[in-house]
Amino acid sequence: MSDVVLETRGLVKHFGAVRAVDGVDLQLRRGETLGVVGESGCGKSTLAKLLVGLEKPTGGEIRVRGDDLSRLRGGGLRRARRNIQMVMQDPYTSLNSRMTVGDIIGEPYDIHRDAVPHTGRQRAVQELLDLVGLNPDHLNRYPHQFSGGQRQRIGIARALALRPEIIVCDEPVSALDVSIQAQVINLLEGLQRQLGLSYIFIAHDLSVVRHISDRVAVMYLGKIVETGNHMAIYDQPTHPYTQALLSAVPVPDPRLRGRRDHIMLTGDVPSPASPPSGCRFRTRCWKAQPGCAEHEPTLEIRERSPHPSACHYAEVRDVMRRF
Amino acid sequence: MTAPLLDVRDLHVEFRTREGVARAVNGVDLRLHPGETLAVLGESGCGKSVTAQAIMGILDTPPAHVTGGQVLYQGVDLLRLPENERRKVRANRIAMIFQDALSALNPVYTVGFQLAELFRVHRGTSRGDAKRRAVELLDMVHIPDAKRRVKDYPHQFSGGMRQRVMIAMALALDPEVLIADEPTTALDVTVQAQIMRLLAELQRERNMGLMLITHDMGVVADVADRIAVMYAGKVVEEAPVYDIYARPAHAYTKALLESIPRLDHKGRALNVIRGLPPALTDVPRGCAFHPRCAYAREICRQETPPAYQIAPQRIASCHFVREVLGV
Repeated sequence: MSDVVLETRGLVKHFGAVRAVDGVDLQLRRGETLGVVGESGCGKSTLAKLLVGLEKPTGGEIRVRGDDLSRLRGGGLRRARRNIQMVMQDPYTSLNSRMTVGDIIGEPYDIHRDAVPHTGRQRAVQELLDLVGLNPDHLNRYPHQFSGGQRQRIGIARALALRPEIIVCDEPVSALDVSIQAQVINLLEGLQRQLGLSYIFIAHDLSVVRHISDRVAVMYLGKIVETGNHMAIYDQPTHPYTQALLSAVPVPDPRLRGRRDHIMLTGDVPSPASPPSGCRFRTRCWKAQPGCAEHEPTLEIRERSPHPSACHYAEVRDVMRRF
Repeated sequence: MTAPLLDVRDLHVEFRTREGVARAVNGVDLRLHPGETLAVLGESGCGKSVTAQAIMGILDTPPAHVTGGQVLYQGVDLLRLPENERRKVRANRIAMIFQDALSALNPVYTVGFQLAELFRVHRGTSRGDAKRRAVELLDMVHIPDAKRRVKDYPHQFSGGMRQRVMIAMALALDPEVLIADEPTTALDVTVQAQIMRLLAELQRERNMGLMLITHDMGVVADVADRIAVMYAGKVVEEAPVYDIYARPAHAYTKALLESIPRLDHKGRALNVIRGLPPALTDVPRGCAFHPRCAYAREICRQETPPAYQIAPQRIASCHFVREVLGV
């Protein structure tokens, strides 16, 4: 399909015995937001690093506009990389405190010298500041002179410097206060409309992901267990893990107290160094049968799951319904 | 309503720093009743944690100084108690749990030792009995295989299990008040649900007063009876939980509720609260929220709004309460 801008096939990243990402297939289309949700240790941040080249895959492919990154070298690789940028989680540690904001945002131009002529650099940086809602005259200030929300805007401006088509956002609002979160979410949505960007939006907050995503992928222990458009995932989840995850999220409406479907999972997530055999979720799953330990379910459309779900017993359960 | 267990009146705390005096808590009134869950809700820097630490008497002085007010527990002002008396209250009557259980537990002792120590020091229990009580406590917070786990060190527990250990420790001496400062913020959502359920269960069994310090409006809606919303060192609105979500009376509460993404529907663009919370060294005159407020007018810049009693149990400090409520 021509409008697929980013695709992974069987993407794998192992750190020694730890299977952080263990066979991920995903597709990102032009102008859409793919939300990736999961709990700590599910591999979502490693996935982000793989996509932008901060980690080298152990196996599998990453294709940007059809080109397999592992086969590109030199200028070709640089051009592909330019197209996919990242916004980090922590606006405090992801900006060099000894560099001015102008230098931080303009640093990508040092590496990609053909992106902007040297004389036009200051103007380019000022335009970026303006684009993310900061004062263009502040380019000589240092990160500590900005608030957390403003720093995240600086991080977004840096990601936009090379005019990428794809931005990987790794927990971009989770370090921010509630009233500031909304500012940054609205900014990301506005920029997407204005510039036609495609987002991979990685987060643990399912409410934020629902708000911003067109499609959603749910990860558990290095694998995608369910994927579909946001309505399929939130209103008709078929994988038991997705159902448990959704039912655990508190909703800011006290009238729903005691009237929601609560699935209480027992125990903790197993170690990614020794994931359970067969289905990785079976050790915490109330539906697990002996066969689940032997046959690993593949992520596919099933008889009772209209969208891809990696469960032998996938079945719609509306955990959002009110009783 | 019964007499409050804990009655905080006009509490003031300031931090004297080189950059100036930060008024972190600026006249806070709170009451907590037996069996009740009071949520103290606010964003970073609103003074919610400092209020909790002042109640517990665990502020670092200097730089923090309690400059006014009372913390009444059973009619006794804790702020005036000598430190050795206060210490007894702290362990036996009012306990606290924190966001980060790993740094709240001692890494070089087993959790069993740390639990047993409470009984040995405060109750003079024998070594053997104290050990047995430690196992009972881990059982109480549903840690599987408690007999074996008492011999483990904090780092051998997962985040959720560690939070259970901290809850066990806080409840060891049967306190009447538990202050929980962001107890689930560092945890995954499925584990958060387990911990909140455990807290609710223990609270019910013991008819304990629970003061939940949090920024999470979802958690609050799930568990709180009453809410106190804090902004810039003050309680700006206080109300029963159903009322505040249905009809917020303070402009800040209303804006906050409209700015959060919802799990239960996709919704349109989020309402944005412009600007930033104020620096506590430089709180705006009048209503501290006025520079960010959609309702603000001249009076908001000049006069601090009084606490309007708008219904039984409902208080809001906003000049335009009626407008916010839409009446």
